[in-house]
Order: sequence, then C-alpha cells, then structure tokens
Amino acid sequence: MEAAIVVENLTRRFEDLTAVDDVSFTVDRGELFALLGPNGAGKTTIINMLITLLPPTEGRASVAGFDVAREKDDVRRHIGIVFQEPALDKDLTGRENLDFHGMMYGLSRAERSARITEVLELVELAGRADVLVQNYSGGMKRRLEIARGLIHHPSVLFLDEPTLGLDTQTRRKIWEYVRRMNREEGVTIILTTHYMEEADYLAGRVAIIDRGKIVAMGMPAGLKDVLGGDVITMELGGGAGDRFIRLLDALPWVKGAKEHNGVVTVTAETGERRVPELVSLAHGNGITVNSVLLRKPSLEDVFIHFTGRSIREREVSANESRKELITRRMLR
Amino acid sequence: MIDGIAIYVLWLREMTRFVRAKSRVIGTLGMPLFFMAFLGLGFSRAQLPNLPPGVDYIRFLVPGIVGMTLLFSSTFAGISVLWDREFGFLKEIMVAPVSRVSIVLGRIAGGATTSLVQGAVILLLSVPLGFSISDPVGVLLAVLIMLLIAVVFISLGLVFASNMKDIHGFNLITNFIVFPLFLLSGALFPIGNLPAQVQVFALLDPLTYGVDGLRAALLGSSSFPLALDLAVLTLSSLVMVALGAFFFERCRC
Repeated sequence: MEAAIVVENLTRRFEDLTAVDDVSFTVDRGELFALLGPNGAGKTTIINMLITLLPPTEGRASVAGFDVAREKDDVRRHIGIVFQEPALDKDLTGRENLDFHGMMYGLSRAERSARITEVLELVELAGRADVLVQNYSGGMKRRLEIARGLIHHPSVLFLDEPTLGLDTQTRRKIWEYVRRMNREEGVTIILTTHYMEEADYLAGRVAIIDRGKIVAMGMPAGLKDVLGGDVITMELGGGAGDRFIRLLDALPWVKGAKEHNGVVTVTAETGERRVPELVSLAHGNGITVNSVLLRKPSLEDVFIHFTGRSIREREVSANESRKELITRRMLR
Repeated sequence: MIDGIAIYVLWLREMTRFVRAKSRVIGTLGMPLFFMAFLGLGFSRAQLPNLPPGVDYIRFLVPGIVGMTLLFSSTFAGISVLWDREFGFLKEIMVAPVSRVSIVLGRIAGGATTSLVQGAVILLLSVPLGFSISDPVGVLLAVLIMLLIAVVFISLGLVFASNMKDIHGFNLITNFIVFPLFLLSGALFPIGNLPAQVQVFALLDPLTYGVDGLRAALLGSSSFPLALDLAVLTLSSLVMVALGAFFFERCRC
C-alpha cells in the first residue's frame, strides 16, 4: 500500500524569497507525524501545498495516493483540515457547521446524522452542539473544527498549530483527542507546531524545519539520542569550572562538557548512574558542588543542536526581519 | 463540473443566515424605504419633464427604488465573500471537493434569493404609498427582471471581492461605484433629463435596463422596448457571471 503522504523535492518561492526549500519526506498510513519549527519556518506553506491551496514552485507531492497539483479534487475528498485560524461560520450552530461540511463532502442525511453524533461525542461537544458558534470559547471552536475534519472519514488529517493560543488545560484535552483520533479512527495525522512538548508528546515521528529546510527527522527518542544521552548540569563553587572540565577529559563515558558562568553541562548516557561519580570526582579534587540537575534531553536541545539557536531566539529574529514578516502575510 | 448539491448547500447556508439576521435585513431595507417614502411624498407635486404621460412621480419612482434595493443587496451579497475570508470560513469552502464554478453559482443562488425577497418587500411596502400592482403577468415579468438584476450585481460584487485584499476598500466601492450606478440608472428621474455626455454612461449601466424593464412590467410604459431591456440584462448577467467566476478562480482566497 502506498504511503499516506509522499513529498519529493518540494519547493515554494514567493518572488525572491524561498519559503520551502527542497523538502522531501514520507508519512506512512496511520502515522502521527509532526512538522516542528519556529514561526515563519515554512510549515504552513508546506501544508497549504499539500491541501491544494497553493501550487508548488518545484517538486511534487501526493496525498492519499493523489497528486496535489494534478488531482486536486481527489486529494480534497480524502483529507480533513484544521486550519491555524478558525474557519467556522459563527452565525451557524456547531451542528449546522458540521452538517454543512457533511453535505459539501457528499454524505447522505442518514450518514451525516450518525457521523455528527459520533464526532461530537469524540470531542465532548454533544451538549453544546445547538449553540451558535459565536458563543463558543476558543477551545470549543478548536474541538468543533477537529470534529468537522473527521466527519467524512478522511484518510489524512492536517492539523496546523492545533493548540495555538489555547490554555494548558485545553491543550492537554486537544492532545488527548488527537491521540484518540489517531488510534480509534486510524487516521493518518500530520500536524505543525512550534511547541516542543507538543511534538514530543504526540508525534511518532518529527521533522524539524528551519528556514524552509528539514534539518533533522526521526522519532523523538531517536533525535534526542543524537545528543549522546542525558544532560547533567552542575553548579560548582569558586571558579573551578575549567579545572573540572579538564578532569572530565579522563572519563571515557563523557560525551560532551561545557562551562558557562560557573555552571558545567555534561552529556552522558544513563545520567542517573553518572551523577554520584561526578560528585565524588569533584569532592576528591576539593571542588564544592552547590547543585546538580539531571534531565532527559528535550526536542529543544535537539533544535539547538542542529540550528545553533533555540526556537524562541529563532522566532525573535524572524520577527525582526521584515522579509519573514512579508512571507507570513503572504502565507495567510 | 457543476455540482448541484454544493450549490444547494451554499444556498441553504445563506438562507439560514438571512433568516437569523433580522436586524441586518431591516437595516438594509431602511435606506430604500426612506428614499421611496420621502422622495415619493416630497416630489409628489413636482413637475418633472420626460415623465411618461399619465404616470405620477411616486409610480415612476417605485420601480427605481426596487432596482436600487436589488443593486445594493446584490452587490453586497457578492462582496460578502470578503467577510467569509476575513472570518476564515472561505478556506473551509475552498478545500471542499467541489468545483470553483459551483461555489460561485451557490453564492449567486443564495444572494439572488435574499435580494429578491428584499426587492419584493419594498414592492409590497410601496402599495400603501399609492402604488398599485394589478397585472399578474407584469409581476412575474418583474420577478424575472429582478432576478437578472440580482445575478448581474452579485457577480459584480464577486469581481470586486476577488480583487480586494481586505474589507477596507468597501466604502470606496459603495460611494464611487454602487452609488453612481444607482444615480445613473434613471431610478430617481428620467435619464433623458441628464446632459447628453452623462447619458452615455447611463446607457452603459446595466441597472438602467433593469429599472426600465421593471417600469415596463409594472407600469406598462418604458423608454426602451421591453425586449431590449431583457436582452441587455440577460447578456450582462452571462458576461458578469463569467467574469465573477474567472476572477474568483484566479484569486488565491
């Protein structure tokens, strides 16, 4: 069976700006795949090409086995989409919005009524279905859109920043729905996000995007393994950082060590076993240890590893650059 | 290519919204109603050259105001695509597996229905002001003409909406295109009273033939033969639908 999404050398230029630069990836059926990257990295442009709203400049892509440039209607029939910004008719009720969608996708009256009940229960909106959407909260709107995206049994569901602007509790809820849809409905899901935790928690595989290019791709755990294990941060007394790092050179299991403002960061596998060794090494050489922090690497560490900057720094610089702002306006 | 169900769904959505937006409907009917009442009463004794013989001003005015109602409601129905874009709903429509032509036709069907209802309401409200509707054939003919006017101007609204980035140009279009179309159409006075150079523009305005056709249907007297009015309106609606569909398809909404 063919993969759910095949992207080959996809490129999109806006005048002199390359928003998506020679991107290739494959998403298998039933996968939950995330495009992770800062705002303006090109995630939404990729999505817009895959959902047939934007023609690619170069390269090709297929969704559910259909070419996004040549077989638009077939692609449209097989996908569900939750846009970054709400795309609901506020003057209609939740149920009417769903019914409109079901009719546009050619479902019969009986199919619609059964399916609408199903998806409303999935997102726990059955009780509010007959309220006008203008009275919905942001989280309810997002849930309704997720429900709508599923009505016509799409084989691929696109979620563009599904939890943008939602509070933590609502975000957790949305994550649960997304997981449940993926498991219970067996639908392939591709989502974009600039939240590390979101990609980490939800995705089976992640592609990290920066400046229109995929810089790394793989399972979250695999990507973190690239860093070489856990991250141990030690705060040392009295400017002993440099001396301590020289001592670490003798230890074969240390994958990396850096000193910054008296704080030493050590990377090592099975960090919890190495902490006592590190502390006794320090004590044995007369170095005071004020604190030790052991953590598993996050996708943030992975992003820094591959791009040299954190996602937030990337976004600030993107905001400063007029060019990127113009792109974002064009991507709307 | 043309998807009947999609057209019906889009039409149904307009109907639901229309029925719900009572205050908006009353709001849009206010202007033509006041025009009709105050101009009709205020000018009832005025001597206007070129009025058809035996027709007083109020009877001359009513078909004009019906035309005006259709012009405004239809153009705005076409431009309302901009609101759908502003509120994001247009994307939901654009990614649906239906042809762009069906989307345009669905919007035209919805807008034409709501415009027709508004035109009919104005026509009914003219009766207490001294207008008489007697000939059923004339009324049917008037409905046909109203439909053609609606199709022309919804498509015009679509052309504008497809070429506008946001709703900020809305006032510009109202004041510099919709109002001149209304004033040139002969809705308020016979276009024969305009200077010859201005009359040329009146003759290029499709609404001129719409208003004239409505007078032929409802009063039995008109400046042009009814067949000419119908021919011009039919041709204009075909051309405008094609233009509306072309620009809508081309714009990356």
